[in-house]
Amino acid sequence: MLEITSTRHNPLVDPVLSVWSWEIPVYLFFGGMIAGMMILAGLNMLRLAKGERAEGFYSVQTPILGFILMNLGMGALFLDLAHKLFVYRVYMAFEPLSPMSWGSWVLLLVYPVILVSALIRLPQAWPWLGERLPVLQRLSDALVASPGKIRLLGGLNVGLGIALGIYTGILLSTMVARPLWNSAILGPLFLFSGLSAAAAMVHLVASLVPGHPAPRSFLGGALAMLVQPLGDRPPEPRTADGLIKADLGFLAIELVLIGLLFIGLLSSSASHVAAVDLLVSGKYATVFWGVVIVAGILVPLALQWLELGHRIPHTVIPAVLVLAGGFALRWVMVGAGQASHMVAAAGF
Amino acid sequence: MPRFGMVIDTLKCVGCMDCVVACQTENDVPQGYCRDWIVTETRGAFPNLTLEIRSERCNHCDNPPCVTCCPTGASHVEDFGRTVQVTANQCIGCKACLAACPYGARFVHPDGYADKCTFCLHRVKEGKDPACVSVCPTHCMAFGDLDDPKSEVSRLLASRKYHTLLPEAGTKPRVFYLT
Amino acid sequence: MEQLSRRRFLKISAATVGAGAVGSQVPVVSSLAMGSKPPAGKVETIPTYCEMCFWKCGGIAHIRDGKLWKFEGNPLDPMSKGRLCPRGTAAPGTHNDPDRISKPLIRTGERGKEEFKAVTWGEALDYVAERMKKIAAEHGPESIALWKHGTGSRFFEHVMRAYGCINKGAPSFAQCRGPRDIGYLLTYGTGLGSPEPTDIANTKCLVLIGTHLGENMHNTQVQEFAQAVANKATIIVVDPRYSVAASKAKYWLPVKPGTDMALILAWCNVLVAEGLYDKEFVAKHGHGFDKFAAAIKDSTPEWAEAETGIPAATIRATAREMAIARPAALVHPGRRVNWYGDDAQRGRATALLNALLGNWGRKGGLFIQAGMKVAGYPFPKFPEATKPKADNPDHKWPFADEEVTTGLREATITGKPYPIKGWVVYASNLNHTLPNEKETIEAINKLDLLVVVDTHPAEITGYADVVLPDTMFLERHDDFYVGWGRQGWAAIRQPVIAPPGEQKPAWWMAKELANRLGVGQYMPFKDMDEYLAARCEKSGIDYAKFRKEGVVMGPKDPITVEEGAGIAFDTPSGKVEFYSEQLAKAGFDPVPKYTAPEAAPAGFFRLVTGRAPVHTFSRTQTNLLLRDLMKENEVWVNAETAAKAGLKHGQYVKLKNQDGVVSNRVKVKATQRIRPDTLYMVYGFGHTSRLLKSAYLMGASAAQLNTRYKVDPLMGGTSIHQNFVTFEKEA
Ligand SMILES: Nc1nc2c(c(=O)[nH]1)N[C@H]1C(S)=C(S)[C@@H](COP(=O)(O)OP(=O)(O)OC[C@H]3O[C@@H](n4cnc5c(=O)[nH]c(N)nc54)[C@H](O)[C@@H]3O)O[C@H]1N2
Ligand SMILES: Nc1nc2c(c(=O)[nH]1)N[C@H]1C(S)=C(S)[C@@H](COP(=O)(O)OP(=O)(O)OC[C@H]3O[C@@H](n4cnc5c(=O)[nH]c(N)nc54)[C@H](O)[C@@H]3O)O[C@H]1N2
Ligand code: SF4
Ligand code: SF4
Ligand code: SF4
Ligand code: SF4
Ligand code: SF4
Ligand SMILES: [Mo]
Repeated sequence: MLEITSTRHNPLVDPVLSVWSWEIPVYLFFGGMIAGMMILAGLNMLRLAKGERAEGFYSVQTPILGFILMNLGMGALFLDLAHKLFVYRVYMAFEPLSPMSWGSWVLLLVYPVILVSALIRLPQAWPWLGERLPVLQRLSDALVASPGKIRLLGGLNVGLGIALGIYTGILLSTMVARPLWNSAILGPLFLFSGLSAAAAMVHLVASLVPGHPAPRSFLGGALAMLVQPLGDRPPEPRTADGLIKADLGFLAIELVLIGLLFIGLLSSSASHVAAVDLLVSGKYATVFWGVVIVAGILVPLALQWLELGHRIPHTVIPAVLVLAGGFALRWVMVGAGQASHMVAAAGF
Repeated sequence: MPRFGMVIDTLKCVGCMDCVVACQTENDVPQGYCRDWIVTETRGAFPNLTLEIRSERCNHCDNPPCVTCCPTGASHVEDFGRTVQVTANQCIGCKACLAACPYGARFVHPDGYADKCTFCLHRVKEGKDPACVSVCPTHCMAFGDLDDPKSEVSRLLASRKYHTLLPEAGTKPRVFYLT
Repeated sequence: MEQLSRRRFLKISAATVGAGAVGSQVPVVSSLAMGSKPPAGKVETIPTYCEMCFWKCGGIAHIRDGKLWKFEGNPLDPMSKGRLCPRGTAAPGTHNDPDRISKPLIRTGERGKEEFKAVTWGEALDYVAERMKKIAAEHGPESIALWKHGTGSRFFEHVMRAYGCINKGAPSFAQCRGPRDIGYLLTYGTGLGSPEPTDIANTKCLVLIGTHLGENMHNTQVQEFAQAVANKATIIVVDPRYSVAASKAKYWLPVKPGTDMALILAWCNVLVAEGLYDKEFVAKHGHGFDKFAAAIKDSTPEWAEAETGIPAATIRATAREMAIARPAALVHPGRRVNWYGDDAQRGRATALLNALLGNWGRKGGLFIQAGMKVAGYPFPKFPEATKPKADNPDHKWPFADEEVTTGLREATITGKPYPIKGWVVYASNLNHTLPNEKETIEAINKLDLLVVVDTHPAEITGYADVVLPDTMFLERHDDFYVGWGRQGWAAIRQPVIAPPGEQKPAWWMAKELANRLGVGQYMPFKDMDEYLAARCEKSGIDYAKFRKEGVVMGPKDPITVEEGAGIAFDTPSGKVEFYSEQLAKAGFDPVPKYTAPEAAPAGFFRLVTGRAPVHTFSRTQTNLLLRDLMKENEVWVNAETAAKAGLKHGQYVKLKNQDGVVSNRVKVKATQRIRPDTLYMVYGFGHTSRLLKSAYLMGASAAQLNTRYKVDPLMGGTSIHQNFVTFEKEA
């Protein structure tokens, strides 16, 4: 029999580590989703560069949406910082071994890329901005006119998107101290979860858009970026189908990756097995099984399958569920991961 | 440069927590927080029992994950004694280091930065032992240079059985427990 | 009974004897290239001796930028040897404790309701003096009693004695070490006192009966205990609980509570029967050994096994371990020994066991205490007492050599032998300290005046008519501590920091009171500086140096036979009394006898108490530093017992004792570390004073459940482990 007592009583550390509450899951979720959007957008830019019509592509507008989500995510990250005044310190150093440092710098690169990418949509979403700032209009025109630049931009989007998506997982998985995170699968898992969330988000926003022309005022333009990212037309059927197909793939891969994560952990040390227990039968089990697996993956998989086969009408329900599941996955992994800890091997 | 470490004799330690109180006052550790603490492990069944009592703190690991994960360099290995330290006005309070430490040795100071045991470098620079070591009524703690074979810590490690905490974490802790 | 041992002589000479900030200023080096901000500022150090408990270790206070920073041990001091215990180290946490009383208070509500108004010192002291005069006029000054615990009571005692108040009581006798002192007094002619002359550092075999060193943080002894562990001394611990000390022991004997006497007698039996005892010592210094040997003839290990639950083989093996190590074998005499009401006899039994080991005055045994003399202050003589003391009428407890607290309480309740109408309580939270709080309250209700001098709004202050806020020890002067031990020494107490509120030092209160009572001539000095300087001058001690160093050492005398000390015994026979004619004459067992403790009623468990290293009795629960480390106590329950009772580790329960008293809720510690029939709780928690904000109803009070007690017929000690409790689950 083993009885352990400890007098340690530090806030956020005892009785279990809980340094990160909702902010970091939000940040990771948005980060993953943005990564997914960048990849989707980047791939479509590459197609655009081949000369296909830009307006026809559902995800060219995502940079603007991405830009907004990015700010929200970064806002959440900032809220989580305990020493906010010193936030600039992140960019006074580059720490090659620190995923967080990498992440911070990647985010710094992501910003301009997203902003430049947004220029592609400038004439549709914010024509007044182009009128007022002719430079932007000129840049936008030059960009859209140059397949080479669009290709470059597309490449950057895909590359940075992958980096960002994986980073959100790597950030956690490098922490040996937290057994639940000790898996190389976490990077790809968060990447695919980000992709599925991105597809769902675009789908959701696109579906919410009725066929109105985008408003052209300052505020209206800004809102248009949010609710009319596709411009003045609702998504073409093939766009919606494309999104659904992509999402089906992403979700399936996600499910496989979760399985692999578990298999990996369960075949590891006692600490890792205990960590998995937190998810499958412990405090986090309800959310994990209920929201992440069933509502967030299995149900949307089924619904979208049926939608594709036109056996049920298109709704936004699968997209909403996928988004909820994607956030819940981050929340569960961050929460249970912190609660997981290394247990001393029996006897010394 | 020395490589500081601590050797604690669990046979002598009585778990009185004097080391904890001394750290509080010496280092103005805010109320409700602690840089060191006492763990007890009772094994066996009545009446065949063993008890190990340990005064725990940051292990000033040779391979410190709290340093590698830090995005700002606030967590760093100080030249002096190769100890692990935090520079408060470089720390953004991201708490990655708290999550990365397998020992729960760190906390967020109410002023916002990550804090933990410093090995009382300010005392060591004056030629004194760390506060916890200097008050311990059972004299069960020793502090010194692990690279100097003549130091008390080295001699204790050479002559006694010991263990470190969670060696499987690969952190190479520098607080040793004599058994 | 009036022999004078060396210890008593020292004690008496110490009693007839009795600043500003000094010290060095050291700037602290700061600002390393690290952020966890190292302490910085201008530091001043002032030595003084600690009173977080009564061990009185010498320490050095560090004042940084005018604020109390830390309190460290004074390397020159023989009690601390430069290291304090956690409570001493935490002294700044008492200085800064927001729950302290800061103004004199006069009661406005009913007694016990804790309703007061703040008044000026003049009003408070006038009130006290007026009431005291009234009681003295109506009943005589003997009808005002002093309750005291701690150095600060020194001048209250002095002034009240000058006024004719002869009655007093301190829990340190009948609730603490009294039974042991009497047991040793009857056997060796000296009661050991405090600090005990135990050469733990050099012993080869240490026996701890209860004495839970490491949790009991009597500093010097804990330091030496660790030395003994390091020296690989054979340690034998008798305790129903796997104490910290037990975990360091070669032998842990989880004795059935209350049966220790059987074990001790069996040990004696083995030593005698196997001829392992120190025959030379016994032949030379023993009195009545044959009668003793005959009396314990049947106390065999087999007999004791049935009583104690300790296998006979273990009893034999441990007895032999002691024999091998003797004379460097030491049975610790114990400290808080008032357990079962026959404790003086158990104290005597350990004294006899030690005698069989021949360790008196021996290295690794009980050494001969050395002391020093510090001249007293030339006070006028006290008026003759006209009445006998009220606490022990007709020598009801014939061997009590100090006042019996519960006797004084009894006298207050009954008004016999004469009425007690006023209590001045200095630093003793009687509601927690004395057994059966109901009787204490009953006594209080008979009073015309209850003055409580305290630092905190403890339970007792809730009943006070007047509350006088004392400084804590770092904020005041007190008399010197003149101690005896391996070498005599004296230590100084001086203020290192101003009190946070309107608190005043005890000596000042006493002096002001003396003036108001018309006995001002008994406090002829202007202040303590003058008083202490005068004593030093008379003793040839350099006061300035004393203030700076904190400690003055006495002469180095031999303390063991090995060093050339002679041994003599102040008993009637002049020898170690294996057989006590005194006891026989008074109608008691001349050789200790075992009586089995009562069995617990079905479903009940025996409740025993002890110490936690980070708290002192009921006085530190609000200390800012210590409450962080232990804010409530737990009830230790054997894991199987807990499982059977359906209790989970960490859940709250209430305890109900045999008299139906129900405790506050307390956390269950389900553990292997205790016998299945015994529960354990650290004493001092479960405060019911609402004014102790941070400690109010935190944990449960062992004292509250202590409604049933036995009184030691020899000396009036009250037993504390006499209560049985059962679980009441929280709704
Ligand atoms: N930290 C701290 N230290 C202190 C104090 C404090 O308040 N706090 N107070 C000081 C004072 S004034 C005193 S008197 C001492 C008291 O300290 P000690 O004299 O050491 O205490 P004990 O009376 O021996 O009682 C406590 C131990 O006896 C065990 N015990 C209970 N019942 C029995 C029994 O029937 N038989 C045996 N063999 N053991 C039993 C308990 O499990 C516990 O371990 O501590 C001193 N030291
Ligand atoms: N149930 C039970 N009862 C016991 C014991 C037990 O173990 N269990 N132990 C017994 C023993 S061994 C002893 S020694 C006694 C201890 O008995 P006490 O010494 O009476 O112990 P406390 O309960 O701490 O009460 C001390 C009071 O003094 C106050 N005080 C502290 N410092 C100062 C000061 O500097 N000045 C003034 N004026 N007041 C101050 C505190 O606030 C508190 O109210 O208790 C005995 N009673
Ligand atoms: S001060 Fe020493 S004996 Fe006490 S708990 Fe700390 S290390 Fe152990
Ligand atoms: S114990 Fe924790 S905080 Fe200290 S150096 Fe090791 S990993 Fe870092
Ligand atoms: S909390 Fe501070 S020290 Fe820790 S990783 Fe973040 S920036 Fe570094
Ligand atoms: S070395 Fe200093 S900072 Fe570290 S635990 Fe000990 S006292 Fe605290
Ligand atoms: S034993 Fe501890 S509390 Fe008691 S006087 Fe010494 S240092 Fe102070
Ligand atoms: Mo005591």
